[in-house]
Amino acid sequence: MTHSFDAISAQLRRRHRKTRWLKRLSMGALGLAGLFLVLFFTDMLVKGLPAFKQAQIQVEVDYSEQASRLPLAAVSDAVRPLVSRGYLRLIPSRMRDDPALQGTTRSEWVLADGQVDQYLKGHHSKLSERDTATVNRLQAEGRVELRFNTRFFTSGDSKMPELAGIASAAVGTVLTLMVTLAVAFPIGVMTAIYLEEFAPDNRMTQLVEININNLAAIPSILYGLLGLAIFINVVGVPRSSPLAGGLTLALMTLPVIIISTRTALRSVPDTIRHAGFGVGCSRWQVVRDHVLPLAMPGIMTGAIIGLAQAMGETAPLIIIGMVAFIPDISGSVTDAATVMPAQIFTWGGEPDRAFIEKTSGGILVLLAVLISMNAGAVMLRKRLERRW
Amino acid sequence: MYTDQYLALFCAALVVLGLVAFFTARAKAARVRAGGTAMTAQPDQYGWFGVLSTAAPALGVSLVGAMSMLLIGGTIPTAMLLVVSIGVACMGLVGGILMVRPAFHARRAIEAFVRFMLAGAALISILTTLGILVSIISEALRFFQMQGFWDFITGTVWNPGASFLEAAGRGEEGASAAQFGSLPLFAGTFMITAIAMLVAIPIGLLSAIYMSEFAGSRVRGIAKPVLEVLAGIPTVVYGFFAAITVAPLIVTAAQLLGLEADFNNALAPGIVMGIMIIPFISSLSDDVIHSVPDSMRQGALALGLTQGETIRDVVVPAALPGIISASLLAVSRALGETMIVVMAAGMLPNLTANPLDNMTTVTVRIVAALTGDQEFASAETLSAFALGLVLFVVTLTLNLVSVIMIRRFREKYRVNNL
Repeated sequence: MTHSFDAISAQLRRRHRKTRWLKRLSMGALGLAGLFLVLFFTDMLVKGLPAFKQAQIQVEVDYSEQASRLPLAAVSDAVRPLVSRGYLRLIPSRMRDDPALQGTTRSEWVLADGQVDQYLKGHHSKLSERDTATVNRLQAEGRVELRFNTRFFTSGDSKMPELAGIASAAVGTVLTLMVTLAVAFPIGVMTAIYLEEFAPDNRMTQLVEININNLAAIPSILYGLLGLAIFINVVGVPRSSPLAGGLTLALMTLPVIIISTRTALRSVPDTIRHAGFGVGCSRWQVVRDHVLPLAMPGIMTGAIIGLAQAMGETAPLIIIGMVAFIPDISGSVTDAATVMPAQIFTWGGEPDRAFIEKTSGGILVLLAVLISMNAGAVMLRKRLERRW
Repeated sequence: MYTDQYLALFCAALVVLGLVAFFTARAKAARVRAGGTAMTAQPDQYGWFGVLSTAAPALGVSLVGAMSMLLIGGTIPTAMLLVVSIGVACMGLVGGILMVRPAFHARRAIEAFVRFMLAGAALISILTTLGILVSIISEALRFFQMQGFWDFITGTVWNPGASFLEAAGRGEEGASAAQFGSLPLFAGTFMITAIAMLVAIPIGLLSAIYMSEFAGSRVRGIAKPVLEVLAGIPTVVYGFFAAITVAPLIVTAAQLLGLEADFNNALAPGIVMGIMIIPFISSLSDDVIHSVPDSMRQGALALGLTQGETIRDVVVPAALPGIISASLLAVSRALGETMIVVMAAGMLPNLTANPLDNMTTVTVRIVAALTGDQEFASAETLSAFALGLVLFVVTLTLNLVSVIMIRRFREKYRVNNL
């Protein structure tokens, strides 16, 4: 050992520098992950926020006899390509419903064509030069505006981007999740109660446990194959219906609910159970009256998180056909329906640029709902959870 | 009458009979007890027992009837089923009330029933697994009857193009025979998974090291849930992000480097999938590293190791089984991931090693085969189940190995919360 004191301190410095490097590197990794998150949300916000605004245009609508037969005649030539065809198409039926309109000419704010909307938002648009000039003129006169897009929240899918909305998908999601919750919650909680409170510790129970952990890690698309082969082909549940989708998602959510319920049940201290048995309760009475109420916040949290997961799931639903084009809002669990993520998927595949904006808008709504569900679950747990 | 109305009628009848059963049984028990005889259970419990003995057999009968109609295709008139079920309910009602006697353990009977129901619920998870297995295997077998198993496993050309003509009995019209060689699909799947792991493992592992070894508990308390937001974003959203934002970026970057990239390249879905998987690795690795006993760190520091050396030579090796287990879970997740690749990866079954090329994956082909307007019995549709079977076997193996690894870690350090 001929190391001088200096050599040793130099070596020490080098070793400590390595520690600092590791610290910086790992901090950088965490920062990178955070950066991804920020980039992702910024990108979605930039792309999606414009979807909540839609161009409206003020035009003279002539409810003439001719317009009731040929709706295109209701507006003048110059602005005709700027007005949404979906709006024009409705003129005859509106005139039938409201005879007072007949023969009048009114100045109305109406929905503009998707291309005008894209032009106003500074995107590339397919407007001809003449139409562009008209839009510019109208804009200078204050007769073209971007206004809050209520239609996005109240109407169903459409092939015309200015008419497309998320309402039918939102209703489909609610119906599907209702089925999922109705099936997965009772079965999941019952399974967890059985495994945690009743089951003898034997081979069978271990098999069920291993099985549940595996189910939680199986790719979701395989649940879609199950749903297609069993629910639709064997049992005969209508294809594309919220019932088929809900049942499939229920099987997928089941392990999540079971696992979180078991954790919640396990966190109830044994002294509670012993006290119950001590005063002569049966096992079921102890569970029903003491353990379950105490574990409820944890169970609810798990159920909400499971539902949020099911809500964002797309792959199994595509397999069972829930990507249908649904312009109307369906009211029953056996009608064809679509769900929010599937709507995002179909819009994402549309070649029209205006749909990119719609897709991002839909994503923002979905993310907002998911994040508030998860945050709600966490709050619920913080609020109600008891520390023993 | 429609099925809905029958169902409503049945439910109404059951509710009425149940109420009758509850109050009659309870009244009888109360009367017996008021007469001075000691009973083994409370009147309410006799009441509930009455409800059970009324409703349970009737529900069972109607369920069996409905199932046999649905699954076996038996034809039982709905009206008859309704009458029989209500008859069974009435018999149950009478029987239940007759059984209200001092020596009868109503509570024990309820207990047994509840236990039976709970165990039944627990069986559903087993049935789900069986359902997945049966549905996939039976359809996959039909596929392997049409196409050879070895051709499927070792073939290098995936061209299902003409299979629908064969299914329609017009096989000779197709220009070329359909080929189902799955190697290009697996190559694409493994390529994208490998890219995802190259992104996720370093970032996830280093983040975990930072959170558990360097950061204070406050940073950890914030960073961990924030990272988990990444895991909560729906995959379809990632898919859109990969296709609309990342893929064009990669094409532009490749052009700057003088390379040619396809818009449906494998790199974009790979990277985005990697980002999605970061929290799976970081969260579990953080838990594992956190539960490495402190005595090991103290021992290493006492021997004069620096913090960095402690982490590299003591903590990470000790946590390695857990870290491997987390990575295996992440791999299985990436293999089965569907939406990102469906939206951002290509459709061409290309056998290539260039990540900038158009590649497709197993899950993309499953979706493509099942969303087309093909006959269910066609070879292409059934090929989805064969691919699903392979996917199931691979992910199941990965999950089992991962569970065994984490159990080994847990037993070694006697950690209970993993």
